[in-house]
Amino acid sequence: MTYTIDGNTGTWEIVCGLEVHAQVTANAKLFSGAAAAFGAAPNSQVSPVDAGMPGMLPVLNGYCVEQAVRTGLGLEAHINRLSIFERKNYFYPDLPNGYQISQYEHPIVGRGQLLIDMPDGHTRAIGITRLHLEMDAGKSMHDQRDGETLIDLNRSGVALMEIVSEPDIRTPEEAVLYLRKLRSILRYLGTCDGNMEEGSLRCDANVSVRRVGDETLGTRCEVKNVNSMRFVARAIEHEAKRQVELLEGGGKVVQETRLFDAVKGETRSMRGKEEANDYRYFPDPDLLPLVLPADFVDRLKATLPELPDIKKARFMAEYRLPAYDAGVLVAERATADYFEAVAQGRDGKQAANWIINELFGLLAKAGKGIDASPISTGHLGKLLDLLGTDAISGRIAKDVFAIMFETGDDPLAIVEAKGLKQVTDTAAIEAIVDEVIAGNPGQVETYLKNPKVIGWFTGQVMKASGGKANPQAVGEILRAKLPPVE
Amino acid sequence: MADMTDLGLLEARHRLAARELSAKELTEAHLAAMIEARPLNAFITETPELALAAAEASDARLARGEGGLLEGLPIAIKDLFCTKGVQTTAGSRILEGFVPPYESTVTQRLWAEGAVPLGKTNLDEFAMGSSNVTSHFGPVRSPWTRASDNADLVPGGSSGGSAAAVAARIALAATGTDTGGSIRQPAAFCGITGIKPTYGRCSRFGVVAFASSLDQPGAFGRSVEDSALLLQAMAGYDPNDSTSADLAVPDWTASLKGKVKGLRIGVPKEYRVDAMPAEIEKLWQQGADWLRAEGAEIVEIALPHTKYALPTYYIIAPAEASSNLARYDGMRYGLRVEGETLADMYKKTRAAGFGTEVKRRVMIGTYVLSAGYYDAYYLKAQKVRRRIVEDFEQAFGKVDAILTPTAPSAAFRAGEKMDDPVAMYLNDVFTVPSSLAGLPAISVPAGLSAEGLPLGLQVIGKAWDEQTVLDVGLAIERAAAFAVMPYGLG
Repeated sequence: MTYTIDGNTGTWEIVCGLEVHAQVTANAKLFSGAAAAFGAAPNSQVSPVDAGMPGMLPVLNGYCVEQAVRTGLGLEAHINRLSIFERKNYFYPDLPNGYQISQYEHPIVGRGQLLIDMPDGHTRAIGITRLHLEMDAGKSMHDQRDGETLIDLNRSGVALMEIVSEPDIRTPEEAVLYLRKLRSILRYLGTCDGNMEEGSLRCDANVSVRRVGDETLGTRCEVKNVNSMRFVARAIEHEAKRQVELLEGGGKVVQETRLFDAVKGETRSMRGKEEANDYRYFPDPDLLPLVLPADFVDRLKATLPELPDIKKARFMAEYRLPAYDAGVLVAERATADYFEAVAQGRDGKQAANWIINELFGLLAKAGKGIDASPISTGHLGKLLDLLGTDAISGRIAKDVFAIMFETGDDPLAIVEAKGLKQVTDTAAIEAIVDEVIAGNPGQVETYLKNPKVIGWFTGQVMKASGGKANPQAVGEILRAKLPPVE
Repeated sequence: MADMTDLGLLEARHRLAARELSAKELTEAHLAAMIEARPLNAFITETPELALAAAEASDARLARGEGGLLEGLPIAIKDLFCTKGVQTTAGSRILEGFVPPYESTVTQRLWAEGAVPLGKTNLDEFAMGSSNVTSHFGPVRSPWTRASDNADLVPGGSSGGSAAAVAARIALAATGTDTGGSIRQPAAFCGITGIKPTYGRCSRFGVVAFASSLDQPGAFGRSVEDSALLLQAMAGYDPNDSTSADLAVPDWTASLKGKVKGLRIGVPKEYRVDAMPAEIEKLWQQGADWLRAEGAEIVEIALPHTKYALPTYYIIAPAEASSNLARYDGMRYGLRVEGETLADMYKKTRAAGFGTEVKRRVMIGTYVLSAGYYDAYYLKAQKVRRRIVEDFEQAFGKVDAILTPTAPSAAFRAGEKMDDPVAMYLNDVFTVPSSLAGLPAISVPAGLSAEGLPLGLQVIGKAWDEQTVLDVGLAIERAAAFAVMPYGLG
């Protein structure tokens, strides 16, 4: 997949890295025992620690540390047995302490990588620079009351993992694939629910451009607020085009933070480098350096689930699936589990087809996830078995499938209740074939000139049988009964 | 009444247990003394109702033969400890009227042991100072005056209110906090005992932070035993403070014998600083002689990085303070001065809420952490701090405790040294090194200056070895037999 921008003076490529803030799935915040659930009434989940009250001290939530390490392992990353929490100092009303506790020089997770699945079935590695733990700030609401800003501290202190990629991304599409894959891994691990609407997964993009063939990196801009899969590609595209136009017009890209306006589809300057805060990072004296016990990482490693890349490879080998199908099925753990339950002991490719081509469509139309599928894995398996034993035809199967989705009923019960069992009784089919041939001498003439017209006969026989005739048997009998073609 | 307030903490405890005295009587005597001594300005908030209610509850428990370590004993709390439902100011205008909805771990432990809360004592604003003159609620006057005049003297700081209250017989004992000498120096100035335990021995949870890596709660008493008893009730592991140590608290009081025979006591040559008054030098020598007479061996030791301790401290402490005090922004509690813009509100609030010394330290701290200066100041200071810790580690390979003066002078007049912050900072020259190393240290009154003012000797111990510090302190206390009442009380 190549993606370039054709400017007036030449061809340009995008260089992009993503910084993702993923909210750690945990019952309590990173440094206080307060709840971290989404959607609670404003300021209802705030402990004195989260509110920055005098004399309050942070206490590290061990579960959040485990979650960060699990995520690091999922990204095939180096886990740092020693990491240090530092204070990032700046004033803002939704930052009660006047500093954010984060990790700076010594993050808990170092270099790793993430494989993105390209549409052509290949994979490409995107480097992970680091992952660190930090606390979230509260939320400022400027639009609730005229001339006043309201602060909700529910989010204050919630644990976040900041996951930083290398500038390995070259196209807007790759950025989306990276985010999708990251989200998939996080959800497999259960370390972040990946919900972008609720802000559990937020993304900033560092974008620069350079002429194709150039080795050096251009000046980058950080684009904030790209908080949906759709916007990520658009924001990067717009920002890259802006930079190309600027450079070709003789201008210079200024290192700055830009905000993506989803409505206007453009980025605009938030603050320049000269306005950047001096965060005065220093190790938080309220927290000791975090030293992981010797067996900590191995213990967590042993509990990791099978992750999408490995599962995909296994599906390809075990169920003989093409890369595309396997990739689609493993994106969500629930889908992969559903597939495996159906495919077990059956034709894997057929199971994949039914899930990807039929079930996904109906689920999407109904606005349901696979967890809420009206068709159980057992029922879908039975349907495939009915097909496999020629008890029903493919066409009937689709009708039965639609009924199953509507009612949640067992396919056998549906087939029997509606008398849809396929007719494989040759005598019965022969009778229909004879009737059709006798009734359409004109078509027989045509058939003799054009043998493809056998399809028309098949259709007539199927129609006459109410769809219950076995199409293969119909074909054989027709060929035997129609006059031989020269 | 007077003899009731002159009792030692331990002695009062025995009398209460024997029912020779009721907690109510004892408390009433102290509340009367508190009112009488108001000119000292030792308290920011008095809590007589709470004290009487606590005393009555204590009497009920004592009558049933129950009661904690400090049952029915009236004490004072430095106004840096957050107390649920009772104003907690840290001596600052920015927290005036702030009533915490939570209790500090240390005070929680004290109330659980039956202590009676007399009130919250005055202090230097945010514990920044060595004279207790930077409080928004006015300076504390020492109960001491020079023999030659009646001019007001400072009680030392930052825990000046607590030290003055104990010296003036308003409270049997009091809590303090020590960042660079804030318990030991006022104890020395006020002629009482003050102990700062090992960093991590007492929880900092609920103590308004000045410099987190140095702040440590500790105890004032009129004797080593009294200080030990109060500290015993304050100390202990607290899961709410990640820097508190998960170690059992020894029964210091029971083990306290004052025996120093066979102990090796180090005397660091680097503590003979320039311009140290001869009488301080003499007292130090006297202290060494007392301990030698009791069978200790006096050993000269080297703490070569001592001269860097003060500058190191005045980088690290303000750096941490500049960040710790960022939360006082007028948004959620405390003072708010409205402004045209957000930045304007911040500036006006903090300009009006903080005093000069606090602003100075916030400025210094912000500077030393700034991009371009961090390596030269903060990082360098951390490295020097490490060297200072190693100095002590090496010294404690040879000795069991270290003896030094507590302060380079006796108490000075309010107003003196005010225009020269560096001269003021020099007051902490003997106390700061052990703070940087997190070591336990006690100040014991050991004699009088030529002007008739108390002078203290400091004993520094190994980490977690408060017992030796207390024992050596007790030996000095016995030898010095310091029994002079503050003149200013009359």
